[in-house]
Amino acid sequence: MNVNKSLLPLVNPLSKDNPVIVQVLGICSALAVTAKLEPALVMTISVTAVLALANVIISLLRNTIPTSIRIIVQLVVVAALVVIVDQVLKAWNYEVSKALSVFIGLIITNCIIMGRLEAFAMSNRPWASFLDGIGNGLGYGIILVIVAFFRELLGSGTLFGCQVIPQWCYEHGYQNNGMMILPPMALITVACIIWVHRSRNKDLQE
Amino acid sequence: MKGLKKKIDSVKPQFEKGGKFSKLHSVFDGFYTFLFTPNETSGSGVHIHDSNDSKRTMIMVVIALLPCCLFGMWNVGLQHALATGDADHSLFHLFFYGFWTVLPQILTAYIVGLGIEFIVAQIRGHEIQEGFLVSGILIPMICPVSTPCWMLAVAVAFAVIFAKEVFGGTGYNFLNVALVTRAFLFFAYPSKMSGDHVFVSLGDTAAVDGFSGATPLGQLAASSGPAEVLGVTGDPLSYADMFFGLYPGSWGETSTFCILIGLVILLATGIASWRIIIPAAAGGFFMSLLAHSLASPIYPVTFLSPLEQLSLGGFAFAIVFMATDPVTACRTNTGKYIYGFLIGAIAIIIRCYNTGYPEGAMLAVLLMNCFAPLIDYCVVNANINRRLKRVVIKN
Repeated sequence: MNVNKSLLPLVNPLSKDNPVIVQVLGICSALAVTAKLEPALVMTISVTAVLALANVIISLLRNTIPTSIRIIVQLVVVAALVVIVDQVLKAWNYEVSKALSVFIGLIITNCIIMGRLEAFAMSNRPWASFLDGIGNGLGYGIILVIVAFFRELLGSGTLFGCQVIPQWCYEHGYQNNGMMILPPMALITVACIIWVHRSRNKDLQE
Repeated sequence: MKGLKKKIDSVKPQFEKGGKFSKLHSVFDGFYTFLFTPNETSGSGVHIHDSNDSKRTMIMVVIALLPCCLFGMWNVGLQHALATGDADHSLFHLFFYGFWTVLPQILTAYIVGLGIEFIVAQIRGHEIQEGFLVSGILIPMICPVSTPCWMLAVAVAFAVIFAKEVFGGTGYNFLNVALVTRAFLFFAYPSKMSGDHVFVSLGDTAAVDGFSGATPLGQLAASSGPAEVLGVTGDPLSYADMFFGLYPGSWGETSTFCILIGLVILLATGIASWRIIIPAAAGGFFMSLLAHSLASPIYPVTFLSPLEQLSLGGFAFAIVFMATDPVTACRTNTGKYIYGFLIGAIAIIIRCYNTGYPEGAMLAVLLMNCFAPLIDYCVVNANINRRLKRVVIKN
């Protein structure tokens, strides 16, 4: 695939350098918020917003941050952004905010964010950092949404809270798979995605 | 047998490279070796003189399972007859009712499991391994008789793919495949795996008055003190009933007597290790003795005597047929003692003190499967250290 070189930070994390299935970061929240599609989508948007903005801010500050305290500075920026996201969610979508509970607050500790700030924003210009933030946020989000799709469909028979598995299936003995709601199946679903991804990208195989 | 071998040898070239059916070579190979190899051993020298390979091992386990299996089918019929008030208790009537009830489950487990094994062997270009031969019969035996076939199919597919094939196939699984199937069913479809209605096959007929399909352990877990264990029609169960398995439960595992017959076969042929079974029984006995001496109404199962604990539920079946699986158990002899003892003890702990799970044998074996490599590692290293101390280095 030929893409403009300046767009690489945006495109790479979607598949080849995906934060979840290639770098295996952010697994904790991938387990916790993917039982339903709606929280997964909200989480995706929140992480993307925080990551893009934090990347830009750190990139702007990168020449003025003393190396010895850079982690603290990064944390302060991320924490401030997460608090804003949390407040916005509480104001506009209280139900989902309650469902996500601590996991919005825990975006601060999401390793994808600290990783991108350290690895990319500290040594790149703001525009490239912005693209990198959006790209990694979306790369994380794609996996979250795929996992949540299967978990909600098989575990609850719904998508975005709407019943999709028809009633006559239940009448004929079909049952929702309770295991899909439990966190272990999120891990196995992620593993399946990694399996498919690796078998399509031979260069990633170890 | 000779004539059959000649016939098969004559079609063999068609399955080899370049032949008409070369794509099916591993299927052919599977059936071929299943019937005819290994057919020779060396007669002298330091070589192994036993031609016992995994295929014959598996067949011996299946033979050892037959008493449980046949009894289980009869018991399914018996419980059905008791529950529906059917007065016809003739042997064949009961046996064939059970046989036709569980046959679809056995077929489902075999077709799905072997199908996946065949496909994977074909893709990888491996020989077909016979590992599923035992799992296929074990799986229906440890599930409630009313488990729907589609659930069984989903669970078998999950277990074979994720517990076995992704780790490299037969001989590389670190968890017991049959127990992973059951654990999957247990967590995915809890309403079909526990409770009062799943362990007795009613068919289309209504149950008699006073019918309760709860297993003995299920009844106890729901009680609030030292309760009498009842059969399906409300009569109390004697100890003989518990030992011979005349109570509802997963159909293959109720009869401790038939399990003991299987145990004798396994020990006589040297397939199961007494180093696992005896410590496991001891662990279970010791733990239930301890629990019994500290019995309290909060944990009603603790009121069972140790012998009742060992005969009820899936405990005996698990330690004889599940814990001894040579792939998932410890390899070192010392390790086997520790592994076995902990399985027995943990099974009783879960059974007594986790009121959410009436039976703990499945979880105990799976848990110890995970720890088996660690136990082996510690045993081997302890041995190395012990011997290192004996080393005298001369300068």
